[in-house]
Amino acid sequence: MKEGFRQSMAWLHTWSGLLVGWVLFLVFCAGTASYFKDEITFWMKPELHQAASEPVTPVLAAERSVAFLQQRGPDAQRWFISLPTAREPMVRMFWNPKPKPLPPGAERPRRGRFENAALDPATGQPAEAARETRGGEFLYRLHYDLHYMPALWARWIVGFCAMFMLVAIVSGIVTHKRIFKDFFTFRPRKGQRSWLDAHNATAVLALPYHLMITYTGIVTLMFMYMPWGPQVAYKGDEKTFNAEVFPSGGNRNAKAAGTPAPLVAVGPLMARAQAHWGEGSRVGRLEVMHPNDANAVVTISRQSGQDLSSIQPSMTFNGVTGELIATAGDTAGAAVETRGVLYGLHLAHFSSGLLRALFFLSGLAGCVMVATGLLLWGVKERQKFAKALKQGGRVSFGLRLVDGLNVAAIAGLPIAFATYFWANRLLPVGIAGRPQEEITCFFAAWGVAAVAGLAWPARRMWQIQLWLGAALFALVPLVNALTGPGNLGMAISRGLWSVAGFDLVCVGLGLALAAAAWWVGKRKPSPARPRAAAVTPGGSQMEAAR
Amino acid sequence: MTQAPAHPSPAARLANASPSTRHRWLSVGSEGLRYRVGVAVRAMAAIFGGYLLSALSAGVLALVLPGERLEAAVMSTLLAFVVYPCAVMWVFAARTAARAVVGLLLPCAALGAVLLAHFYLGAGA
Repeated sequence: MKEGFRQSMAWLHTWSGLLVGWVLFLVFCAGTASYFKDEITFWMKPELHQAASEPVTPVLAAERSVAFLQQRGPDAQRWFISLPTAREPMVRMFWNPKPKPLPPGAERPRRGRFENAALDPATGQPAEAARETRGGEFLYRLHYDLHYMPALWARWIVGFCAMFMLVAIVSGIVTHKRIFKDFFTFRPRKGQRSWLDAHNATAVLALPYHLMITYTGIVTLMFMYMPWGPQVAYKGDEKTFNAEVFPSGGNRNAKAAGTPAPLVAVGPLMARAQAHWGEGSRVGRLEVMHPNDANAVVTISRQSGQDLSSIQPSMTFNGVTGELIATAGDTAGAAVETRGVLYGLHLAHFSSGLLRALFFLSGLAGCVMVATGLLLWGVKERQKFAKALKQGGRVSFGLRLVDGLNVAAIAGLPIAFATYFWANRLLPVGIAGRPQEEITCFFAAWGVAAVAGLAWPARRMWQIQLWLGAALFALVPLVNALTGPGNLGMAISRGLWSVAGFDLVCVGLGLALAAAAWWVGKRKPSPARPRAAAVTPGGSQMEAAR
Repeated sequence: MTQAPAHPSPAARLANASPSTRHRWLSVGSEGLRYRVGVAVRAMAAIFGGYLLSALSAGVLALVLPGERLEAAVMSTLLAFVVYPCAVMWVFAARTAARAVVGLLLPCAALGAVLLAHFYLGAGA
């Protein structure tokens, strides 16, 4: 660029942010919600709200799950058991049943089908009374797998957008002359300046978070995006690299012997693993390969959340004799540990409730940062058409498109989220394919909002959609009270904080959206900005606004 | 705050436009076309050239970083995603699009030469 360094970086910041901003807004919103994925899922299964499960020891929970699986899938190839945590009271299990003999000529599916179940550890009975829903898992997947497309494509798209985001953040920092002052600057009711201040405030206040979450987001899938370092270091031997970087302890591809043998008791193995990992460690997952076979293998992994890293050590035992086969992940090298910590920072499994809430707030700040950035572009661009508009002219196609997409994303997405929660409670329980129907409601609501926004991106449309989103969110506690086993007050008095918190956060989001809608309605159509502020020759758009 | 003349020439309009308005199809004629081609070249260079540079950096770093190969492989990939945004910023900070491309391809060539030398001449030491 012919201008100075700062100006060209301002240009880069504008365009790298704008072009992918709508995808980033979706990723930020869904990712922020994912911090409370378990709580969202719990809220979306109101049948479980009554059954306040008594906590039991992990060993008892594990033994009850094994007993359950011995009945449901004794000849499965693998069992996976996730033990209860502070946030998830149920034992989650999945297993792949032995494939049935295929009719001649039929093709075997590439991946075996898995069955799953949740078990109440206190009773040993399956918690199958709950309605079927993808719950928070849908939002979590949405933030990197998107939907209605192969996951691989989606991950490349999201990675591409995340890279734009990283460039936008770094160039945005460079653009800033007075980053510290922006902490304390807000000039309300000043048109473009206020948008700029709001963008700066949300961006700068949570800047370390934005930088962290974007970079670590790329790190979670970095070997897919950038396999070349391992390719060179291992001379193309991906198998060995994967085995070393994702140590599983023991051979994953070991074959079943075919001779039955009783499965070892898991309780003593868990005790040995805990003793090996030290004081205060808990078992998180058990994996049994070829249960009830002479070649059975039991792998026990530590529960995440005891340190920053996402990599959890595991121990592998012979599933018949209980003999230790291997330990993995006890001592990681500096780089491997660094990657584990970066990955762990993205997932935030280590965080307590308060820290998780702060992460959630930072994520919301990220949503607002992206939204105000997108709006700022429209506000600035509109000034160029001030004269034309006064004479009854029109704005350019590009500005109209951005305006429409802004309505669709910023005002439409909250409607989709709230609709998803409403659909969870209002769709009849027990209909076929219920989880998918909820998701269809999400996209149908968003689709309608998007089409309406693109067709008529006017102030009135902003008001309608923001008020609608506000009402849908603010009334979530009412829906919960009418369709669930109890209302907000009862949830608070019974200490059911995941349910009460969900309701309260929805009310808060509803109020925020209502405030935005009220503010949009209150403002008179903006008078034409003085031209001097609109076009300052040679100045960057950042400075032009000051 | 210069007031633009009522009917400026395309070149003058371009020169007076702030960076954020430059993208617009505001001028017909060679100046505007040059500018648009320049942006297109830079965008391609940033996305694909930037990836190439970070991929080659990852490859070379995986060779030269100390420690066992797993450590080098992981660290090189972590660093590649620091190289990438820096490369993109260079492409858009360079004075002309041609400079941007040359400034990207020279380190690519150097890193590529190191990798080729390692695999074909260095007997895979």
